[in-house]
Amino acid sequence: MRSLFRRWFYGESDPIDDLLDVARQEDLDRQTRKNISKKNIREYEARPEARLSVERMRKRFRWIYLLTAIVCCVFLSYVLLYAVSSLPHLGELNPRTEEVVNRYVEKGLEETGAVNIVSGMILDYRAFDTLGESHVLFTALICVMILLRIDSKNQRKGYEDYYTIRSDTYFDLSHDMILRTICRALLPCILLYGIYILLNGQNSPGGGFSGGAVIGAGMILFSASYGMKTVDRFLTLKLCNIITFVSLAFYSFAKGYVFFMGANGLDAHIPKGTPGAILSGGLILPLDIAVGCVVSITMFGFYSLFRRGSIGTDVDYSRIDNKSRRLRKTGGRKQ
Amino acid sequence: MNFIWNLPLFTVVLSLFSGVVCMMLSPRAARNYTIAYESVLVVMTGCVLGYTLKTGTSYTYPMGEFPAPWGNEIRFGCLEALIALLFAVILLCSITAGYHFIRKDIDESKINLYFSLINLMTAALMALAWTNDVFTGYVFLEILTLTSCGILIVREIGRTTLAAARYMILNLMGSGLFLMGIVLLYDISGHLLMVPMRQSMALVSQDQSSIPVISLAIGIMTVGIAIKSGLFPFYFWMPDTYGWATPASGSILSGLVTKAYIFLLFKILYRAIGIDVLEKTPVLKILFVLGIIGMIGGSVNAMRASNVNRMIAFSSAAQTGYIYMGLGLGTVAGFEAAIFQILAHAVTKSLLFLTVPYLAEVSGNRLKFHSLQGSGRRDPLAAHFFSISSLSMIGIPIFAGFSTKLMFGQAAVLGGIHWKILVVLGALGISSVLNAIYFIRTMIRIYNDPDTLDKDPYGSHPVTDRSRTGFFLAGMVLSLLNLFLGLFSWVVSDVIYRGLGMFL
Repeated sequence: MRSLFRRWFYGESDPIDDLLDVARQEDLDRQTRKNISKKNIREYEARPEARLSVERMRKRFRWIYLLTAIVCCVFLSYVLLYAVSSLPHLGELNPRTEEVVNRYVEKGLEETGAVNIVSGMILDYRAFDTLGESHVLFTALICVMILLRIDSKNQRKGYEDYYTIRSDTYFDLSHDMILRTICRALLPCILLYGIYILLNGQNSPGGGFSGGAVIGAGMILFSASYGMKTVDRFLTLKLCNIITFVSLAFYSFAKGYVFFMGANGLDAHIPKGTPGAILSGGLILPLDIAVGCVVSITMFGFYSLFRRGSIGTDVDYSRIDNKSRRLRKTGGRKQ
Repeated sequence: MNFIWNLPLFTVVLSLFSGVVCMMLSPRAARNYTIAYESVLVVMTGCVLGYTLKTGTSYTYPMGEFPAPWGNEIRFGCLEALIALLFAVILLCSITAGYHFIRKDIDESKINLYFSLINLMTAALMALAWTNDVFTGYVFLEILTLTSCGILIVREIGRTTLAAARYMILNLMGSGLFLMGIVLLYDISGHLLMVPMRQSMALVSQDQSSIPVISLAIGIMTVGIAIKSGLFPFYFWMPDTYGWATPASGSILSGLVTKAYIFLLFKILYRAIGIDVLEKTPVLKILFVLGIIGMIGGSVNAMRASNVNRMIAFSSAAQTGYIYMGLGLGTVAGFEAAIFQILAHAVTKSLLFLTVPYLAEVSGNRLKFHSLQGSGRRDPLAAHFFSISSLSMIGIPIFAGFSTKLMFGQAAVLGGIHWKILVVLGALGISSVLNAIYFIRTMIRIYNDPDTLDKDPYGSHPVTDRSRTGFFLAGMVLSLLNLFLGLFSWVVSDVIYRGLGMFL
């Protein structure tokens, strides 16, 4: 029992899920693995009670694990509830905590030119945080690309063609008449609504993150109902890269410029516009558009990567193997 | 307003931009671009360090036109600049020395993505070094978490995927706790910027009834960072994470990422909460005790480790314990020793992680101790670098490790509390002996005659690759830095002392 616990603690095995042990076996030396399995089998055959005792230990481990988890959760919830109960109450006047908030509420419109104070706050007062936040999404996209994009290391044998990896025929809904018709009616509304949220971020609740998410959801719906091939005609990996690059580079440099001018006491010469109009709020609108582009590309990219392991059709199959090269010549169809 | 004041801003924005650029480049171009950019970064942070040392004050730099309690700001004195310079140097060395293995371990179509992550990570490290705002700290901590997982999974073998999954779950738990701590602190104090927060906290803590909530907020935050940086009960993710990553990633993860988390925690504890408020809570004592246990526990585990990478990873856990012990002492001398340990450990451990794969490569890519027998004769350069770092880890004089141990001892004695002096000196002694046991054992293995146990099964593979130049240069830089920290420790500790003086 103790050794089982220790092995679990240091990540050598997982008594809860046998699958993980199997994944680890891949890296073991082949000869060693053979020996281990032979030895184990011999042991089990000789002493059936050995197997039983291992099973019993696992069962006991699971119970202890469950109990510990429950105790930890209850303890943490108790502690946090206690902390929250001794905080200042909602609506209570607390002069200490109001210095910052009052300035945002009272002077936000005047200083940022945005009717929506939240936009003014995240893109003007605390723009450095948001600069980081928009790159969090980009980082996540790169991590997912590293994990899921098909290359010579993580391709699944026998599924080399990118239309059949996580195959269109497998999950394909593009022959579904109902879906297609509704999508045709719904899609323009979704995209328009997304663009509206995006462009109106400085005047009403919304902005780059939420608008981009709606547009991305619209694109996912489109590719689900019309098939990946239709989307590939206009959205390739290269285009996605260029959009992301231009948006984020614009974001970094625009904000870098504003930080630089502001800190050096210079005027940035960015017109604030009339509050309430579309063209108002200084840099908020262009930044929202940039963030919206990144968010929608990221969302669609996640979908595409999870579905078939690539964005666009740009996976370089020449390096993977000959069979897929043949498939590529025939336009991805099996002969 | 001097032009140098703008350099910290440029280090962050240009790093973010480089991250996006590298995605568009070919693998080779991405590598050259990153190495060139990191060199520029070394120069920029060096300039900031020189300037702050010359003027002897620290500067606040508002991000945008809005002043302190409303907008974001960054702040730099010589301590921040020293840490940023360390980050830049180690990043440059790790990439240069590890490129040989990056090319081997990573699929070619993803090498540019790897460098993209490295640049984003640079941005996060720089922002954590400069930031003067608790929430900015959280945002860039998130980027750091994601990029760490990214540079881990990029090797795409079963073990790294598993290790990355574990690492990510624990890290997200840490981030969540840290965020909850920030929310509680913001609710109590009404500020996110560090200096106004400290002033507000000093007022709040006069009321005795608020102490439990404050301790809880600080405690949650500290536990979050402790999980992320591998303090005693939470170090179990270390061996897998460091041991299976591609060497450059391993060296960056153990040398820099955990240090950046600890530096942020130190900044929050010291600058945003204030030592007066901290002394009313039990947080420092707990950190002290856990640090001591971590020092011993990590070393015991390292002795029992089955392969050399796991051994070094567990030794990282022990060294992290030293840093927390220094923070837990709660005196300026203790902080000074802890910061010095951050520098010394980053320099030493990254070199260890970069040399071990070279030793393994001439032993048929095996990491078990008996396979490494005699590998020092097959690859003398790597073995020499390994021994320099090992000697420093043990704490032999003239190397960096000795200076840290001396400083910890002095800090404890200067603190003047008897039980603390005894515990610190005892723990330092035991930990040094344990370090000596497992590092000297490994060194003997490496230099031993391969024929003593069995016939050298892998033959000799004299490695005359072009990649050796990078490894040689980076190894020399790190070894010389190690010697510098050991021989001229008063120079660096003086900079740290002055930095702590202008830190508040």
